[in-house]
Amino acid sequence: MSAGHSHPLHRPGDTPVHRMAPQVKVVAAVAGVLCVVSTPRERFWAFGLYLAVLAGVWVLARIPPGWLAKRALIEAPFVVLAFAFPFLAGGPTVDVLGVALSEHGLLSGWNIVVKGTLGVLVSLTLAATTTPGELIVGLQRLRVPTMVITIATLMLRYLDVIAAEARRMRIARICRGHDPRFLWQVGATARGIGTLFIRSYERGERVHLAMVSRGWTGAMPDQGRPAGRAAWLLGLAPTALAAVVLGIAL
Amino acid sequence: MTGSVAMHMSDGLLNTTTSLLFIGVAVVGLAVAAAKARADLDDRTAPLAGLVAAFVFATQMLNFPVLPGVSGHLLGGALAAILVGPWVGALCVSIVLVVQALVFADGGVTALGANITNMALIGTAAGFLVATLLKRFATGKAGLVVVAFVAALVNTVVASLGFVLEFAIGGDPAFSLGAVSATVVGVHCLIGLGEGVITALTVGAVAAVRPDLVYLLRGTSRPLELREGTPA
Repeated sequence: MSAGHSHPLHRPGDTPVHRMAPQVKVVAAVAGVLCVVSTPRERFWAFGLYLAVLAGVWVLARIPPGWLAKRALIEAPFVVLAFAFPFLAGGPTVDVLGVALSEHGLLSGWNIVVKGTLGVLVSLTLAATTTPGELIVGLQRLRVPTMVITIATLMLRYLDVIAAEARRMRIARICRGHDPRFLWQVGATARGIGTLFIRSYERGERVHLAMVSRGWTGAMPDQGRPAGRAAWLLGLAPTALAAVVLGIAL
Repeated sequence: MTGSVAMHMSDGLLNTTTSLLFIGVAVVGLAVAAAKARADLDDRTAPLAGLVAAFVFATQMLNFPVLPGVSGHLLGGALAAILVGPWVGALCVSIVLVVQALVFADGGVTALGANITNMALIGTAAGFLVATLLKRFATGKAGLVVVAFVAALVNTVVASLGFVLEFAIGGDPAFSLGAVSATVVGVHCLIGLGEGVITALTVGAVAAVRPDLVYLLRGTSRPLELREGTPA
């Protein structure tokens, strides 16, 4: 997809992970997270092994851990919730640094933090190595109905339309003497939200007609490159490792 | 957009059996929605569906800090149901959730089934039912705006009840269900007010300029009246 459609979580590159067929990556990510979630929470070592497998993928994809760590902060509210658990849950308690904490609470807090973090890291790895356009092609090859593909493609196109339209309206307000400050622009933005929708729709309608007149039928153009058996085996190898870890942990 | 925080369920909040159960519920629900949506989706409504999805996507990026450590965001189910109908609406919200989980790491991949069930299926259905029940009050502009507000409020609260149900089935038994549900539902009553305002403003604006685009208003427009005789 063109540069206008890039997003902040994608990290352009040309590594084996980037070149992997998107449908393989989607299946591998979903199955991998399922393995993580199914692991009993007392098997602490298993989560370390999952992280090691994932780290191997990062080395291949040349994603620095710091880059991932910054973006993994999306999970922060859940971590806060998890830290509250040891104080809220009942049952037998253990003393940690002189404070009586619920054992159940500690374990559940750990459970949510570790599984949530691994899940976010897997999603980030997928997002870093796959553009939204490739992702839609991947879903298309996984036989997702055309109608869903149509809506998803238009949605990704229109995100930029809405952002650009909002920018134009903001500039128009400033030109007319509006002084946007941190909190005061909320009122003006809220009052303009209906207008933003109409303006985006009318521009989006023209974008859609332009796409249709250039031969768009609702499906994403797919340059072939179907994944052979070797690609599937290679792409699913990290997930297979995770499945082995799960098998031992159960 | 990187500054946004997630408020969808993350991986590990529900156990595997429950996650799989709700993935099944979501797949069946979406298959029904896709079959029914085919009749609603044509050349004119396809861009509207795409725009509604993009709009829901953008508004879900706005997070309100509601209580310390807890934030929530708009769901968009009622907006989608009123503008494009319940079937296409459910598809739009689901697509938003799938793209967020896969591309923006927002919401767990295995919790997708539960998230879709709450926000796309339960939320959209609740919003549409309320809007349909109140449809006869939606005559003037003010009436439609009020109906949109109520539908969005109910949609948010009912969707959060979906979370309570899932937590009761497959959540961690160490927590009292009462405390969890009180927090979650309480927070979503507040979010519902914000959701109601945004939905009402958007639906009001669209109905004023392009009433032909509002699914809820279909069949209510007065037929063109031909007046005989020329005015003096």
